[in-house]
Amino acid sequence: MAILINETTRIIVQGFTGKIGSFHAQDMINYGSKVVGGVTPGKGGQTHLGLPVFNTVKEAVEQTGAEASIVFVPPAFAADSIMEAADAGIKYCVSITDGIPTQDMMTVKNFLRRFPIGQRMVLTGPNCAGTISPGRSMLGIMPGHIYMQGNVGIVGRSGTLGYEAADQLKRLGIGISTSVGIGGDPINGSSHRDILEKFEQDPETKVVVMIGEIGGPQEVEAGLWAKENMSKPVIAYIAGLTAPEGRRMGHAGAIISSAGESAAEKVAMLKELGVVISPTPAAMGQTVAEVLAKM
Amino acid sequence: MDIHEYQAKEILSGYGVKIAEGGLAYSPEDAVQRAREIGGHVWAVKAQIHSGARGKAGGIKICKTHDEVEAAAEALLGKRLVTHQTGPAGKVCNRLYIEAGTDIAKEIYFCFLVDRCAERIVMVGSAQGGMDIEELAVTNPEAITKIYIEPAVGLQDYQAREMAFALGLDAEIISHAVKTIKGCYRALRDLDANMLEINPLVVTHSNELVALDAKMGFDENALFRQLKISELRDKTQEDPRETAAADRGLSYVGLDGDIGCMINGAGLAMATMDMIKLAGGEPANFLDVGGGASAERTEKAFRLVLADKNVKAMLVNIFAGINRCDWIAEGVVQAVRKIDLQVPLIVRLSGTNVEEGQRIIRESGLPIITAETLAEAAEKAVHARNEVAARLSTAA
Repeated sequence: MAILINETTRIIVQGFTGKIGSFHAQDMINYGSKVVGGVTPGKGGQTHLGLPVFNTVKEAVEQTGAEASIVFVPPAFAADSIMEAADAGIKYCVSITDGIPTQDMMTVKNFLRRFPIGQRMVLTGPNCAGTISPGRSMLGIMPGHIYMQGNVGIVGRSGTLGYEAADQLKRLGIGISTSVGIGGDPINGSSHRDILEKFEQDPETKVVVMIGEIGGPQEVEAGLWAKENMSKPVIAYIAGLTAPEGRRMGHAGAIISSAGESAAEKVAMLKELGVVISPTPAAMGQTVAEVLAKM
Repeated sequence: MDIHEYQAKEILSGYGVKIAEGGLAYSPEDAVQRAREIGGHVWAVKAQIHSGARGKAGGIKICKTHDEVEAAAEALLGKRLVTHQTGPAGKVCNRLYIEAGTDIAKEIYFCFLVDRCAERIVMVGSAQGGMDIEELAVTNPEAITKIYIEPAVGLQDYQAREMAFALGLDAEIISHAVKTIKGCYRALRDLDANMLEINPLVVTHSNELVALDAKMGFDENALFRQLKISELRDKTQEDPRETAAADRGLSYVGLDGDIGCMINGAGLAMATMDMIKLAGGEPANFLDVGGGASAERTEKAFRLVLADKNVKAMLVNIFAGINRCDWIAEGVVQAVRKIDLQVPLIVRLSGTNVEEGQRIIRESGLPIITAETLAEAAEKAVHARNEVAARLSTAA
């Protein structure tokens, strides 16, 4: 099963013919993802990487039956591309693009809310590494080979820290159902909580690892939801125990701006909500192994 | 990106917000000249630094004679002011804003900001101005009014009126208040600001609404379409190490410890800082080399990390996805050969092309300490740092 994507998901690439889009499209194809084409306005009718190029997402959906898209469009135009995907009937969109203006993201979120639930496109990112269901499909820019197939769900803001978790798990012989990057921006498509909901419904996922960081209320919100609604254990690590207040720590969203946003406060609240805490980033794999052993 | 008070006031004035008469000064002579031009008997001499709470730090002086203006300017120019927002290093004051004294009948707090929970712009106001709003939110939350703006239609008049009445303003200045509030909102939207704060917004005895202070913060991701705003950047208010990195397209965060770090990805960087701390060390900085780092870019990054004189050991932690360990390794080896490296170097590589990367490091013959895992890397870095520190203290 896995969540969001599997071996049958038909994928298009927005910003297909650009340098970055081409590189990662090829990488996804090599991994086995079912890429069926791409969109670059003005290049419709051409063939790229052996696949058709379309002028609009609408055309691409009509002719290929695409359900998912990945956006590599530069930040100034990315919001527009995401909205185009939603309007064309794409069900799941990953935006890799880093640097989309906050007000553009507010417009995107407002646009998505106009669609009734059920017809509303799921967006993850921007500023993320994408999503992978190991052994089935990769919709992202991660090194696919470090992920082993299995029963642990991962949701996290950071790309490389997600790789770190996958690597630690693999060394212990533990595999992953799906790993979802929600991105490091202050306003993002899906929250930790949105992804926990999906993992709870996935019969293949047994436990979920939530990799959070300083700034914003999302991790605690997810913890609150999990306490009331989740039957599966949640393991969390919050990055930035050493981050000073008011400083932006690399990610646009990683800034402690009010009470409850520091790593220590988040950890304390999550513990109280019954979330298992990985005390250090090096202990993520081990903590999961211990939880699995008790099940 | 932050701007100065005088710049924010100039912007807001263009959007119909009333401000007191004022002018910029770079020297005590300038300051007196501005005070003469403004006229009157009371002036505020205000240090222009990128921080709030300047008053408490002695950055705002009320003067009643030209001599006092000159003395205040003398005292403030070139001085480093330390507030709870600047950190212990403080920020240097190179510019002064000289402003006509305002007679204050009532002080109000007012701001717009992007609420990341609600994914909307929120307008926040309180009749209790001049106070620390975060303190007020804890001690007396009822005194704060919050109104959310629907992004599709923007701020409506009735919302601005609601805020104006909540702020306890007289009926006769409500229409002026609505104009002020709407002006602020337009400035925020037009210019991609993510924060606009007027604390205090004052009512004068002649019943006028005047912005006595103004603070604006801008979305750095939107500066590509706000060229006039990006010109307002004042590099003297930034950490010079961060400025140097930003000018080379690298992301750098300066900290107070002594272990320099080069990492890819902000999340892994924060996690590495945590591991260093847990191992008993303190990071001096972290530099995010980002994705697709070539050997040249790696070398540049390497130099920036070492440019910090506090660095007693350096840790490179790369989990290559888009990156390739062999390129990073080549960059590191190149940099070490060119720079006369005085501190121990610990390198941990993982991910794409890791074997090739490790081979390059091994065969370089350079004294590079390698580590397999995140925990091992942090421990080795702290250990190496401690040895250096011990050697330095014996030498001293």
